[in-house]
Amino acid sequence: MLRLTRPVWRFDPWMDMEGLGREMESVLFDLSPKGERKYPLINVFTRNDDVVITSEIPGIEPKDINLSVVGDTLTLKGSRRPDEVVNGRKWHRRERGTGNFLRTVRLPYNVDSDRVDASYQKGVLRITLPRAEADKPRKISVKTEE
Amino acid sequence: MAEKNEKLSVKRQEAKGSSLAESTTDRKTYVPSVDISETESSLIITADMPGADESSVNITLENDLLAIEARIDEQDLAGVDDHSLTLAEYGVGDYYRAFTLNEAIDREKIRAKIKNGVLGITLPKAQSARTKSIPIQVG
Repeated sequence: MLRLTRPVWRFDPWMDMEGLGREMESVLFDLSPKGERKYPLINVFTRNDDVVITSEIPGIEPKDINLSVVGDTLTLKGSRRPDEVVNGRKWHRRERGTGNFLRTVRLPYNVDSDRVDASYQKGVLRITLPRAEADKPRKISVKTEE
Repeated sequence: MAEKNEKLSVKRQEAKGSSLAESTTDRKTYVPSVDISETESSLIITADMPGADESSVNITLENDLLAIEARIDEQDLAGVDDHSLTLAEYGVGDYYRAFTLNEAIDREKIRAKIKNGVLGITLPKAQSARTKSIPIQVG
């Protein structure tokens, strides 16, 4: 099969359910440096005109999350602060990490950054990224000349 | 951001073992990550349970077994309406984890709160269990 380099936004989620997983892997990839542990983990939900990303980041304040979108790239930045210091506290177990995080995700199409909506509830971040109007596929009608 | 992600990572572990009976539904149950610390007066357990809130968490203390569980809303399990899941890095499900307490706890004074998906439980030690120095007499 001849495979031309095709623009990523041509991807149609309804077209090929079988190849969906594989397709997304190439379309939506993580720009984090190799070998680094991913944080936070994300789930991506798509349809024709928007993408919804959910991420579990428990225990942060909404103001500590910094989101930015440029074109088709979403950057998630923030920090999970350690608990307040309590005098005479002895740790038995520490499984919950703290520190800064930074994650960059390439989306399947350009996003209208003015209409991006984000909410944080119960420790789950949810970002809705509408596809840019200019980026939507346009139907071109073919005329015949008599 | 030089030290990014250094200490942050997610361990997603499904709950298994004798303490938990096998599920008869297709819901998954995960083991929440916890911090356990102790002060002179109490034991503090902090658990990451994203997606859980005060209405979904259940804490029980039976004899010396402290169990934390949360049942996630059907709606949160379902994902996003009219969208297809195209990349799944984490699973959504219920939570369960149990601990054996080694010390006597003042059951009446246990306090628990949940905020932004983090559950905090303070278990005050029973008066009798607090460290007491016992003077030794020279006989």
